[in-house]
Parts: sequence; structure tokens; C-alpha cells
Amino acid sequence: MAESPAHRTGGLPRGVKPVVFVTALLPLLWLLYRALWGDLGANPIEEIIHQTGLWGLRLLLITLALTPLRRLSGWGGWLRLRRMLGLFAFFYATLHLLSWVVLDQFFDWPMMGEEIVKHPYITVGLLAWLMLVPLAVTSTQGMMRRLGRRWKQLHSLVYLIAVLAVLHFVWLVKADVREPLIYLALLALLLLLRLDYRLGARLSSSRSRYSTQR
Amino acid sequence: MLIRIPRGSDPNSSEITPEQVWRQRRRFVEAMGLAGIALATPGLARTAADCQKALPRLKGVKPSRWKVNEPINSFRDITHYNNFYELGTDKRDPARFACHLEPRPWTVVVDGLCERPTRFDIDELLTGFPLEERIYRLRCVEAWSMVIPWVGFPLSLLLDRVKPLSSAKFVAFESIYDPKMLPGQRRRVLDWPYREGLRMDEARHPLAILAVGLYGKELPRQNGAPVRLVVPWKYGFKSIKSIVRISLVEKQPPTTWNRIAPDEYGFYANVNPQVDHPRWSQKKERRIGEFLRRETLMFNGYEEEVASLYRGMDLNRWY
Repeated sequence: MAESPAHRTGGLPRGVKPVVFVTALLPLLWLLYRALWGDLGANPIEEIIHQTGLWGLRLLLITLALTPLRRLSGWGGWLRLRRMLGLFAFFYATLHLLSWVVLDQFFDWPMMGEEIVKHPYITVGLLAWLMLVPLAVTSTQGMMRRLGRRWKQLHSLVYLIAVLAVLHFVWLVKADVREPLIYLALLALLLLLRLDYRLGARLSSSRSRYSTQR
Repeated sequence: MLIRIPRGSDPNSSEITPEQVWRQRRRFVEAMGLAGIALATPGLARTAADCQKALPRLKGVKPSRWKVNEPINSFRDITHYNNFYELGTDKRDPARFACHLEPRPWTVVVDGLCERPTRFDIDELLTGFPLEERIYRLRCVEAWSMVIPWVGFPLSLLLDRVKPLSSAKFVAFESIYDPKMLPGQRRRVLDWPYREGLRMDEARHPLAILAVGLYGKELPRQNGAPVRLVVPWKYGFKSIKSIVRISLVEKQPPTTWNRIAPDEYGFYANVNPQVDHPRWSQKKERRIGEFLRRETLMFNGYEEEVASLYRGMDLNRWY
């Protein structure tokens, strides 16, 4: 099946983007609302860290789901949301990290240093965030043009980031790993779908089509 | 070798199910449909407030010299931030599902290597022992802590009643096992029933108590009603909840968290800021209700009282 450029980039009905934008902000607004009403439980700091981390991970997986969605639905509009949702993943991940630095550790740098070096779940969490930074910085149209093919190479880091983010979750749980394992399963599914797609693309068509795909 | 101990919740053949129990089971079966939904959508679940509106005030509770001079955590925080996996693994679950635990009727079997194995009815425990208020720090292995006004009596008094034999070197504790009643036990998150253990000298230490109350009233269900252990110099998971059996044994008994992850949770589990959990630091802790983390104290601040129990032991090895 040949894809026309129009099919690939797809049109997005007016108003979809603002709606998605506001929707992606809702978890934060909800968290702020609960904080204002003192509804974050006995350990509000833990709850804030947990919720921002969870939403960072969820948005990361949603972002990764857009390409398979385009393929399955045949509608290119999904890809139009990719940058925004990817940046929201970074936004929540940054809030997550900041809550740890400011609320949880209160700038106790020696302690944080020790945690990062000695405790792998923190190490991989920080690594995942650090790798998100260049992706966020190069997410603009201009950067995409400037980097050309290397942009795509750089942004394939997102797979590794997602794996680290899920590991970060699995490793911090004491015994009930059900919830992180759900995320692990979702990630595995998303990666499998892509692997399948890539192999298929490689076998059935030329490299040029592959390289123009964003 | 493991010593096979029959569960305290195993009925004796001579017992028939008391009316109160089968009525409650019937009620439970009726509620099953709802319970399934409630588990998935916590908002629909009955909350702790529904089944324990007025916890009875305990009578004759004396103050004791064991009271921490730090602000006491609120009843709300103590009863809504719990690790009690029998009622669910989220810290809000035990309060949400508290009503699934029925603390009456309740029997605690004390048996094993002793002259007088005894079955104690819960009301004998509430009236037959001198109740004291003990305001203790509680330090969770997850690096948070609280200050809690327990009501209870020294475990040693209970042990004296059954007259341990000199061959009894350890005390093994077992929690209730009833997956029909306790939603958390329908999944094998832990190897049910929950088990804990102490060395005999630890169990006999005056700080080790059986708690039957909180804030002067009977123990709320989510805190391990009707009777639980409190050993304040150890991580919270040692303080086993909703006890049905206490056995005097010769060898170190298997304990739940230790069996799940022996490199993370030792048998001793003494609070120790110098020995990290393999996955996180134990140097500091968040006192619930405070912003800045506190330094964690050796033996949770009870070093003076308990350090002698571990003289000569390498606490890095026997964590």
C-alpha cells in the first residue's frame, strides 16, 4: 500500500489540538485542586511525586502509541499530536523530578548524589529524564530541518527512555508489581507493533520511503 | 528445618461456626457483587467510617513512662496511611476496606514450647492485662515515620501466662488468614498468612507490646484490630497485625517479608540509618506531617533501651 504525503501528515480537524492540550493539563489541575483542598492524604509529597511520575509515563506511552495508531487506523492526524504530547510527557517528568529535588529532598545535594549513585531505580529515572531533555530541545520545526536524518536517530532515544521509565517504576515497588507490570506490558506491545512495522517496511519497500517517515 | 505450625485460623473440629460469624459471611456473600466493583472503583467501597463509627473507649488505661516527646500524629493520618496488605496494597486501601475485617469474635492461640498452651478470647486480652498508653515512634522500612499513642500491655506478661519452656528460643506470630473476608488475600502478593517472629529476649523486652488500642479506644481495623504486635525499635513490618496465633519455638521462624526478599528484609529488621535498604537509603525519614526529612535514629531512638540485645552482633550482616 503506497502512502501519499497527504495521507501521512493528515489533516487534524480544527479545535482538536486545543482540546488535547487542555486535556493533557487536567491531571496537573486535578492535583493542584486536591492539594488546595488538603486531599492528598497523609503524605502529600509522596502523592505529588507519584502522580506526576505516573502521568509522565502515561503520556510517554500515549506518544509512542500514535504511530501504531496511524498505521492501524490509516488516519495521519494522530501524528500531528505527537510533538505536543511528547512535550507534555517531558513536562510531567520535569515536575516529577522537581518535586523530588524540592519537596522530597529539599536540595539536599549530597543525599541526592548518594541516592543517584547507589540506588538503581533513581539512577535510571534520572537517566530517562536527562535523555528527554535533548528530545524536547530539538522538538521544533527548525531543529527538525537542521538535523535532517540525524533528528530521527536522536529521537529514537525515546524507546530507551520508555524502557528506563518503566524500569524506574518496577524497581521502586516492594511486592505488588501488578501496576508497573501493566505499563511494562503496554510498552512491550507498542515496541512489538513497531518492530513488526519496521521489518515489514524494510522487506516490502525502498529505503527512501522509510527515511522520509517522521 | 521449618516447623510446621497449624494455622490459628484453622477451626478445631469441636467448634461450630458461631452465629455472628455465619451471619457476617452471609452478608459478605450478598455483597460479593458489589465488592468486586468496589475493588475496581474504590469510591464505591464502604469506608472505615461505616463500620467503626464509635470505637469503644478502653477502660483503666494507665499512662506509662514510655512516651516520645514529639508531636503525636493525628488519628486521621494514623488510620488512613497504612500498610496492611490483607486489605489492599495501596496505603489508602486498609481504611477503604476496613469493614471486611471482623474483629469479633476473635481468639488468639498461644502454643508451642510452653507448659500451658492457652486460647485467649480477645475480651480476656482486653480485661485481663494491665493496659498502658505507649507513645512510640513508628518507622516504616519505606522511610516514613509517625508518632502513635498505642494502648497495650507488655508481650512478656502474656508469655508468662503460658510458662515457656527453656527450649523456647523464638516467638512466632501469625496473622489472620481468611481470603473470603479479606480482599487483599485473594491475590498472592504475599505468602499468606503474614508471619513474623522475635528472638525470645526481644519478645520479653519491656518495649515490646501487644497493642489493643489507639488514642484510648479499641484498635481500628485498618491498624490491625483486634490485637497486634508493636516493637518500636524495628521497622514497621515486624509489628504484625490482627494476630491469631503466637507460638513458642526452638528455631528462628520464617517471616513473610524475609521470605519474599531475604536480601532486602532481614529477620531482625532493626531500624538502622547505617544499613540501607538495597534499593533506597535509610539515613533519613519523612515524619508524616513534616516537610523536611529527619535523620533516622539508631534503633529508632530506642538505642539506650535495646542496644544491649545486639551486643557483639554485626548489624550489617544481621540487618
